[in-house]
Amino acid sequence: MSAGTTTGMNRRGFLKTSAAGAASLIVGFYLPGRFEALAATPAGAEPASLNAWMLISPDDSVKIMIDKSEMGQGILTALCMIAAEELDCDWKKIHTEFAPAAKEYFNPAFGMQGTGGSSSVRSSWDPMRKAGAAARDMLLQAAATQWKVDKSACRTENGVIYHDATKRKLTYGNVAAAAAMLPVPQDVPLKDPKQYRIVGKPTKRLDTPDKVNGRAEFGIDVRRPEMLYAMVLRCPVFGGKVASFDATKAKAVPGVKNVVEISRGIAVVADNTWSAMQGRRALDVKWDEGPNANASSESISQLYADQMSKPGAEARKEGDAASALAGAAQKIEAVYEVPYLAHATMEPINCTADVRADRVDVWAPTQFQTMAQGMAAKSSGLKPENAFIHTTYLGGGFGRKAGTDFVIEAVETSKAIGKPVKLTWSREDDMQHDYYRPASYAKLAAGIGADGWPVAWTTRVACSSIMEAWFPGSTKNNLDPTSVEGVATLPYSIPNIYVDYVRTEPGIPVGFWRSVGASQNGFFSECFMDELAVAGKKDPYEFRRRLLDKAPRLHGVLELAAQKAGWDKPLAAGRYRGIAVLEAFQSYAAQVVEISVDRKARTVKVHRVVCAVDVGRVVNPANIVMQSESAIVYGLSSGLYGAITIAKGRVEQTNFNNYQVLRMDAMPVIETYIVPSEEKPTGAGELAVPPLVPALCNAIFAATGKRIRRLPIRAEDLA
Amino acid sequence: MAIQFIVNGKPQSVDVPPNMPLLWVLRDTLGMTGTKFGCGMALCGACTVHLEGEAIRSCITPVSGVAGKKITTIEGLSPDRSHPVQRAWIEVDVPQCGYCQSGQIMSAAALLAQNAKPSDSDIDDAMKGNICRCGTYQRIRQAVHRAAELHKASAKPSRLEGTEDALNEQAVEVGGAA
Repeated sequence: MSAGTTTGMNRRGFLKTSAAGAASLIVGFYLPGRFEALAATPAGAEPASLNAWMLISPDDSVKIMIDKSEMGQGILTALCMIAAEELDCDWKKIHTEFAPAAKEYFNPAFGMQGTGGSSSVRSSWDPMRKAGAAARDMLLQAAATQWKVDKSACRTENGVIYHDATKRKLTYGNVAAAAAMLPVPQDVPLKDPKQYRIVGKPTKRLDTPDKVNGRAEFGIDVRRPEMLYAMVLRCPVFGGKVASFDATKAKAVPGVKNVVEISRGIAVVADNTWSAMQGRRALDVKWDEGPNANASSESISQLYADQMSKPGAEARKEGDAASALAGAAQKIEAVYEVPYLAHATMEPINCTADVRADRVDVWAPTQFQTMAQGMAAKSSGLKPENAFIHTTYLGGGFGRKAGTDFVIEAVETSKAIGKPVKLTWSREDDMQHDYYRPASYAKLAAGIGADGWPVAWTTRVACSSIMEAWFPGSTKNNLDPTSVEGVATLPYSIPNIYVDYVRTEPGIPVGFWRSVGASQNGFFSECFMDELAVAGKKDPYEFRRRLLDKAPRLHGVLELAAQKAGWDKPLAAGRYRGIAVLEAFQSYAAQVVEISVDRKARTVKVHRVVCAVDVGRVVNPANIVMQSESAIVYGLSSGLYGAITIAKGRVEQTNFNNYQVLRMDAMPVIETYIVPSEEKPTGAGELAVPPLVPALCNAIFAATGKRIRRLPIRAEDLA
Repeated sequence: MAIQFIVNGKPQSVDVPPNMPLLWVLRDTLGMTGTKFGCGMALCGACTVHLEGEAIRSCITPVSGVAGKKITTIEGLSPDRSHPVQRAWIEVDVPQCGYCQSGQIMSAAALLAQNAKPSDSDIDDAMKGNICRCGTYQRIRQAVHRAAELHKASAKPSRLEGTEDALNEQAVEVGGAA
């Protein structure tokens, strides 16, 4: 199998636009002879481009251009599966290449080329199938023309075209060049899903072979001729800047070549990463710490608490919650709070840039090619059409690598010194200069009727707006939907609901963290739901199940998770469980977490997590299981350990010793079950994060009788 | 002054500061980028390589400390992904983003070289120093058990030892020529 992914681009990839793609061509991307992949292609054997995603070579190899970033979520394999299903090519002959930044590859979910919001399968499903079907039709037509027979008398199977009547056959590679000259047909009928032979089958990842021998190239592995290595010292206080600096000692460090000030700090450039680190350590800098120098986690928490008395932007209103609350037989209230969280991708942030007079090349583990291209252009002073983005594998993304801060730093440094530069962040840089999951604070109240069923629900949320930080002016009426997703979307049949949001900006940079707002709002809403169940003297599962009468897909995952977990059966002595169910990104998940608590040692052990998901039609069931496990581990890390705290305007955490994440010895058994569905496929990368923490905290309540309303879980919560 | 050592059977001579960690010598000086930088403090295991067969964290190992010794990196574990751990990793489809997997595989290979049939708790002990943010731990556990089976079932007396022997032979050969 040839699964190697190369960077670089074939010009012909742009000469033909697909049925689904935009029509603009950016021919300027091609620089003859520049890329090894092309240089290795023998004359006359150039692959023929059937559309922006599919190129077929005379040797029958099929290249699929991957226009989403592969950061572990398995999209490379999923896109190939969708393409191969309609193209009807030989799976073993597929290889891949990451697409350059170009309009053809814009993600319709964003209007830009980028990967996030669990949108990849959802947004690629139709375009990729249509492109595959159109390409197959062109190959059929080319064979039919060569044989002088009608296309309808021909068929394809696994990369071969047959004319059964005359027992002739041609491979895709035989006719690809002729097919590529044909007009792209419109509205070619798509396969009946009953005939699928790839989509829906558990399929091994195409990128695994290169990830077991060190061959997969991540951004941090990029090497360019004459490249130097850079590290940047940034003001430890958010919003601060360089007042003055003395580079004398840094420049004296062996291997250090240059020290330059850039917009985000001071770059130390050396002939290896280690020397750049040593040089950076030797910098003598005076900072202007700016307005946030006194910020602390406590002051931020107080700022949020003060907002609770102020009316916010209305996010959801049904009935008259205030009156219903006032008239309820029982009223319960609670305040919930979560800290900032770092993404902590295993691959530290990095970027390689080469700024020349007429072009800038950027090699980066980026989730957002269009923004990276725009920022590379801006930082180099060149036009976007002269900014070339080469996406590598991403060693984790989780939303962090949607940022362009690393692109700016690398491009400015390369421009300043006139050489290609690889910028690497240390783990400490990563922890202390992230775009954090916002700290958030919520006040919840509910009214319960005499029968124990809820009659009113209100929530007021205070936190930073991610959308305004990243896309100023993009929200309306001060309402950022990401700040309230997971609670404004409350799916339960409660007649009176009111949710509002008080935008509050403590000056800490925020960003998209795997599952975004649902990560905290799911904790608020699903733990508070548990509080209502207890107050109404109901079983937490039955309580949810009955109130999900108008949310059939959530109802479905809830029932499946409960059934598989054996909710109706007693647990072993000392074991306890909790349940939670949430929608995220048009997908649905429910989890049952089984734990034991050692109250003397003040520790919790998670034994088992049962997860049920509904992601519509499943492209790769094996990958859904992987993503659920992955998201559960991510959620466990946040619930058990995750906290970025602020003191004197600085992040206190530095590395994995004080920002702990889940390790092998704390790994529970995870079981994932998939609800069969013929709905349109949706994403699974983030889905299973939000239910984990509330299900865990609800289990701890079952064990201890203590409600956890502030994360992470602390030893005193377990006493 | 140049420091000499053997990487994957090949003698190397590098002229770098003696306190420069092996990780950066491998990655920047020798261009062997399969070994990864993750934390710089031996907290995450991404930089794991073998020093004379033992798993070490190359990010805190000064290159002067490996002078005259034999290093094996992920690139040298096998020439063709045939090491039982690599075969098991492929069979179980362990990696997601893949960034930590060089270190995971090197830790697992070192474990199996010493313990042919590790229990779950042996695996916890040997592997808890290797962080995976994608959360592939369940499959890593499964793959370590599978690698132990493959190792045992291997036609040769011992695949793991065989690899090590081949490495030694090669090292001697090349060393002799130098």
